[in-house]
Amino acid sequence: MRRNKTVYIILALLSLGILYLVQQLFMPKYISTIQEGSLVEEYYLEDSNHDVLFIGDCEVFSNVSPITLWERYGISSYIRGSAQQLIWHSYYLLEDALRYEKPQIVVYNVLAMKYNEPQKEAYNRLTLDGMRLSLTKLRAIEASKMEEEGTLSYLLPILRYHSRWNELSLEDLKYIFKKDKVSHNGYLMRVDTKPVGYLPRERRLADYQFGDRSYDYLDRITKLCKENDIELILIKSPSVYPHWYDQWDEQMVDYAEKNDIEYINFLDYVDVMGIDYENDTYDGGLHLNLKGAEKFTNYLGSILRDSYGLPDHREDVELRAIWDKKIDFYYDMKAKQEEELRMYGYLKSVGEAAQKIDE
Amino acid sequence: MLFTTSNFIFFIIILTTLYYLIPKRFQWMLLLSASLIFYGIAGTSYLIYISLTIVSTYIATMAIDRIQEAYNTSIKENKDSLTREERKEIKAEMTAKKKLWLVLALVFNFGILALLKYSDFIVSNIYRDFGGFGFVLPLGISFYTFQTMGYLIDVYWGKYRAERNIFKLGLFSSFFPQLIQGPISRFDDLSPSLLAEKDFNWETFSFGVQRILWGYFKKLVIADRLLIAVNTIIRNPDSYQGIYVLLGMFFYGIQLYADFTGGIDIAIGVGQVFGIRLKENFNRPYFSKSITEYWRRWHISLGTWFRDYMFFPISVSKPMIRLSKKIRKNYSNEIGKRVPVYIATLLVWLTTGIWHGAAWNFIVWGLGNGIVILISQELTPLYDKFHRKFDVKDKFYFKLFQVTRTFWLMSFLRTFDCYRDVATTFRMYFSILTVRNLSEVLNGGIMNLGLGMEDYILLAVSILILLMVSLNQRRGAIRVELSKRPVFLSYILFFTLFISIIIFGSYGIGFDQSQFIYSQF
Repeated sequence: MRRNKTVYIILALLSLGILYLVQQLFMPKYISTIQEGSLVEEYYLEDSNHDVLFIGDCEVFSNVSPITLWERYGISSYIRGSAQQLIWHSYYLLEDALRYEKPQIVVYNVLAMKYNEPQKEAYNRLTLDGMRLSLTKLRAIEASKMEEEGTLSYLLPILRYHSRWNELSLEDLKYIFKKDKVSHNGYLMRVDTKPVGYLPRERRLADYQFGDRSYDYLDRITKLCKENDIELILIKSPSVYPHWYDQWDEQMVDYAEKNDIEYINFLDYVDVMGIDYENDTYDGGLHLNLKGAEKFTNYLGSILRDSYGLPDHREDVELRAIWDKKIDFYYDMKAKQEEELRMYGYLKSVGEAAQKIDE
Repeated sequence: MLFTTSNFIFFIIILTTLYYLIPKRFQWMLLLSASLIFYGIAGTSYLIYISLTIVSTYIATMAIDRIQEAYNTSIKENKDSLTREERKEIKAEMTAKKKLWLVLALVFNFGILALLKYSDFIVSNIYRDFGGFGFVLPLGISFYTFQTMGYLIDVYWGKYRAERNIFKLGLFSSFFPQLIQGPISRFDDLSPSLLAEKDFNWETFSFGVQRILWGYFKKLVIADRLLIAVNTIIRNPDSYQGIYVLLGMFFYGIQLYADFTGGIDIAIGVGQVFGIRLKENFNRPYFSKSITEYWRRWHISLGTWFRDYMFFPISVSKPMIRLSKKIRKNYSNEIGKRVPVYIATLLVWLTTGIWHGAAWNFIVWGLGNGIVILISQELTPLYDKFHRKFDVKDKFYFKLFQVTRTFWLMSFLRTFDCYRDVATTFRMYFSILTVRNLSEVLNGGIMNLGLGMEDYILLAVSILILLMVSLNQRRGAIRVELSKRPVFLSYILFFTLFISIIIFGSYGIGFDQSQFIYSQF
């Protein structure tokens, strides 16, 4: 009888092991396509704390370069952002990050205030799949899921990704246990350029008022920062499209005043920053390219240093060793992308971006 | 709560844990509560309808039982004092009283079924512009009504005594695994194991789980994948004609089998997990050599219900016997013998068609089955003559021919429940003869049905496994055979089955999770 029990226990463990392997195999790897899907989980590879945590959508992970912030000001930072990251995603990613560290400043990009409801399952997946299992993740799932989604498929992603059985590639096998890093502290690099050129006319909206749910989560972010003695800065990143309406801006100005926090609309400082939309964006104004991101980050860094007194850590030997490796990776990738651009005329390695989900 | 949802799986896990943890005398009460919760989740108003059926059946069967008991006592006590005529008179009086309760309960319960399921169909055939009453059809109403009415008739016939505990009758009527698509159980078959106190038995439990897995494989890997191609063909009759119609028939034949038997496997498996034995509803029907045999092996519980509670009673009813006598006297002995059988057969098949759905498609389908069965009976002498002349009856190729013929004959008849109306079905039949598109289908047309090459390969392998399992079942249950082998072997087989369902199952976002086909009846 005891022998039987042992056999059953071994078989049960074996089954769990196989199931885990299968699940790992089927999970999308987000290496050669939709790299945005790798951003959230890369945070857990960090082995040092950060002065600043950026949270928000693509206007953060495409427009802010933590490496620039370190190189110019010695400020350590990380971006917890992913494609179309909605405000509840951001709140729970912040809550999740606070389990590991306590930054001095949190910078939140407010573009997602315009979304009061979950938008697309694919975007939920890009944000939530990468989160480590915790109560925060469970709450994030409950807050984010669309009507047709189930919590179980987030806890056992094989139930969602099993239908990839006929599209598995060598990449899935290669990265089954360990993936290559794609970001630079959450920043997704692009060195290519696509000028703004034609900018669609702003559409008039029936209602400019941000929704209750958006405000609720903004309140939660504010409260969480206050409770943890963290300075919160609200920003609107300098992307020219989608259009940021004056009515939205006014609401953010009011909110910041009421809650005694700073709100900066960087679209007002484009000339000061020296951003040129003919050269500094890679997709016609939606996101900045590396040149644009460095210009924006440089300006942002000066504010963080001058107004918030963040210290320069560049003399810290331990931190410097960590950041030196990051800098090497950054410039390696920059060189590779520039080389690719010369060879092919486009960035072959970056592949399909998450914006394609909408198409 | 569909069988294929994660909620159902959680429901079963929690229920099984509780079932074996609580004192055994409460086990049946837990199952009753679970069944009502299961049904209530599908629709709270459904609980009212099923309660009406349970209460009315209870009242009627208790009354019938009391009348019978009073009669038995009276006969026993006055055994010596009553004359034969007096006894006959008392018996007739007792039978009339019993019959009154029987008829009342039958009319009431079949009335509910008719009102909810058929009133729209009947009125809309009279008034073309009628928009419908808007009744919501309770889940599995045809199944639980037939099961409870079978019990009522059995009590009326004195096959067994009425159940005195209304809650136990409630559990028999509402036991959740069989509620959605059967099997339609008999009280004397089901109640002993349903109401018994049970200890956990690893073997029964693991057999149950294995059966459930097999059911999910059939449903999720085969049926729901084929459904995509079947729907493409039948929902676009103008685009998919000729060979596509034959392809649709073939696919639908397999899909329906995998869907229905998959659901029954899950139901029987869940029963087994609780140590409850539900009757088999299929006996490898696609190996049948004739339609009559097919119907003995397909949806067995419905077939036997109609046989026992409709065909036999009609065939031997007084009006039929009188009609038979009249025909024998005026025409011929042979015709006189056949007429009651023929009338009963056609009535049974008409009702079977109506049972399946309130639409002309099902009526034509039902009558079609009846007519084919009668024709095949009439041709029996010819068959016999053929077999006397050619000794092929036991030859493999002839059996294969018979099996293939039965499959296609059934597939043709089944087409009536695919297309939206009878006229379209006949149009599609006609297109098989007139539209020549074999080369179009073979030159990529088959890839436009919503399935890719990988899907077809997967389906071919899965159907081959299904066929091999069916062939092996001739030697007995595979699970029993496997249990005698080293545990590692069955582990590999069933774990592979489990992983296959997880990977290849048609579920989750991206798939339109379909209900089991038979739950719609």
